[in-house]
Amino acid sequence: MAVIKNTSAIKNQPKHLLGIQNLSILEAKHILEEAKEFIKLNRSNSKKLDILRGKTQINLFFEPSTRTQSSFDLAGKRLGADVMTMNVANSALKKGETLMDTAMTLNAMHPDIIVIRHQDSGAPNLLSQKVNCTVINAGDGRREHPTQALLDALTIINRKGKIEGLKIAICGDILHSRVARSNIYLMTMLGAEVNVIAPKTLMPIGIEKLGVKSFTDMKKGLDNCDIVMMLRLQNERMQGTFLPSKREYYEFYGLTPEKLKFASKDALIMHPGPMNRGVEIDTKLADDINVSLVKEQVELGVAVRMACLKIYCK
Amino acid sequence: MTEKILINAHIIDPSQNLDEKGSLIIDEKGKIKSIGKNVKRSDASSNAEVIDIKDNILIPGIVDMKAFVGEPGYEYKENFRTLSNAALAGGVTSIVTMPNTKPLIDNVSMVDFIIRRGRDKSSVNLYPCATLTRELSGNQMTEFGLLSAKGIIGFTDVIKTVQNTETMSKIMNYAADLGVLIMQHAEDLELSKNGCINEGEVSTRLGLEGISYIAEKIILERDLSLLNEFPCRYHVNQISSKESLEVIKQNKEIGKKFTVGVSINNLSLNENDIGDFKTFLKLSPPLRSEDDRIALVNGVKSGLIDVIVSDHTPEDEESKRLPFAQAATGSIGVETLLSLALEMYHNESLPLKKIIETLTINPAKILKINKGSLKIGNDADICIFDLNKPWVVKADDLKSKSKNTAIEDRKLQGKVIMTFLNGNLVYK
Repeated sequence: MAVIKNTSAIKNQPKHLLGIQNLSILEAKHILEEAKEFIKLNRSNSKKLDILRGKTQINLFFEPSTRTQSSFDLAGKRLGADVMTMNVANSALKKGETLMDTAMTLNAMHPDIIVIRHQDSGAPNLLSQKVNCTVINAGDGRREHPTQALLDALTIINRKGKIEGLKIAICGDILHSRVARSNIYLMTMLGAEVNVIAPKTLMPIGIEKLGVKSFTDMKKGLDNCDIVMMLRLQNERMQGTFLPSKREYYEFYGLTPEKLKFASKDALIMHPGPMNRGVEIDTKLADDINVSLVKEQVELGVAVRMACLKIYCK
Repeated sequence: MTEKILINAHIIDPSQNLDEKGSLIIDEKGKIKSIGKNVKRSDASSNAEVIDIKDNILIPGIVDMKAFVGEPGYEYKENFRTLSNAALAGGVTSIVTMPNTKPLIDNVSMVDFIIRRGRDKSSVNLYPCATLTRELSGNQMTEFGLLSAKGIIGFTDVIKTVQNTETMSKIMNYAADLGVLIMQHAEDLELSKNGCINEGEVSTRLGLEGISYIAEKIILERDLSLLNEFPCRYHVNQISSKESLEVIKQNKEIGKKFTVGVSINNLSLNENDIGDFKTFLKLSPPLRSEDDRIALVNGVKSGLIDVIVSDHTPEDEESKRLPFAQAATGSIGVETLLSLALEMYHNESLPLKKIIETLTINPAKILKINKGSLKIGNDADICIFDLNKPWVVKADDLKSKSKNTAIEDRKLQGKVIMTFLNGNLVYK
């Protein structure tokens, strides 16, 4: 009898979305398929569903965020969940409460989903060990930002029809970027060839072991690429000297119409936002609707997060 | 105390080059009266207590050159009593304690306190260190002369390194004259700032800031250059990388005199063991790659590394149940030191004699203490272990007050069965 009880306990364990590293290709494709359905819904007049009616979603954001937080907020609400966003600036964490204590406190209120963003890599993993609801990682330190990679994949599929066989360049502050890491895992898993481009000081050691090619020369790195993902220069994470100046960075690594010519002729530009215009990307290029997918990324972000919430909160 | 005779023992004492079946007699004062294959029952007095070792291995009590005891200030992590119990259960009879307590052991009055407190509360031989610089500031050296006279065995800033080369050269110059032991934690703190694990693929995957091997190497190279000018008693507490070992090799080959330690953790684990953010494996120096681990084992084998330490660092659960970057550094290990080291014998990486040497006579020689050897007339500090006994490490069974072991659930082979201190059976 004990054995039967145990299996049911395992079945009831919540699933978590902690990173692309933990996903199988089937799971990733499943999320993307589900998300496609929500794109149409989000463009319609009646956006509200009741898939998550009666469920409680807590957004626990330890780092400031505009688009990810509002995207998760809307995604939850459109699926019918009750969404609460914890403003950490006002919480007991400022009074010295640890992440674990906050987790236990929230857990006692029986949420069904916690969406967490935290400045420390691995914080969502720690949280998931202590709560008995679904944990969705909305970005942890420099480790992973799975929903960003999924929305990027959806955006590419929406425009190019597929990911397999594409050549994708990820350019900029790879070292501090969770977006880069999640995208490397997801795009290589889905069959793309990935180049990463950064100055040596912003290139993490051992990056090639993640299955990518690394370049310091943007011209070579962009060669024949179908997608150019630019990353934000994360000034807030930079301690010490990584670069001589923003001016020099822009000269060598800022995306300009001239540099874009090195890529494939129908190459498209992406950026996870927020952008430092004139530092990593030319401002006109960023707004050029013919090549820039930035707005579409934001739009499809809601659809991807709805898919994640639906799949993971059962 | 009556005399004791330990019979049917497999004695291994590298200090006397002993590796033989025999007996050992402990006299009434707790000293070693005789030892070896030629010792007969009749050599002991007729009323002597006879203890049958049943062919298990008998070695000198282990000397652990690096352990942290929470007194004063961190009694909730470890106190003298709990540390002693853990040590004796691991066959460790002499411990060098670290000075980064609260308050720090950086002045004479603290030494009096720690020695008195240790004498009253502990049941192992304690050898306290003082800090190398006042308030661990890295600037002003502590009173080496006065502190040594009070019974301080060595000077170390434990997990900090004197960054200023000028200060370090003065320290080494002054220490050379007094003949005191400098125990350096080799890590360039600017290079390792915010780092929490080895810099490499694992740190890239986990999104954690890495510590490059260069941080260790550069301090080693600096200090060993200074050692040319100021030949003091210089010991590197723990090294972690094959590159450091290369520097050590070059310097030892040209005859430079210094000694080197390594933590049992760096010999038994690598960065991949950190897995999904296991904070109990956040250590300083960090666990590095498997190549580094193998190089370190070979370094012990070839004698480039002189001692193996437990780097026993008790931490309460609250300091460890945090996101990795915020979690405290260190793991306990004094109780599992020997058993874990024996793993390298069982997997044929190291000869048994070498392991025992690095745990007994080598540290004793560096510290210039009359321990780690079973020579006639020495205190009868003895460790007896069953070389083959299998067991599984369970944190809850360990005697340390803190349970932050890096090797939870590890299957080990070899366990201490008896420990003698000054001729008294103190653990069984």
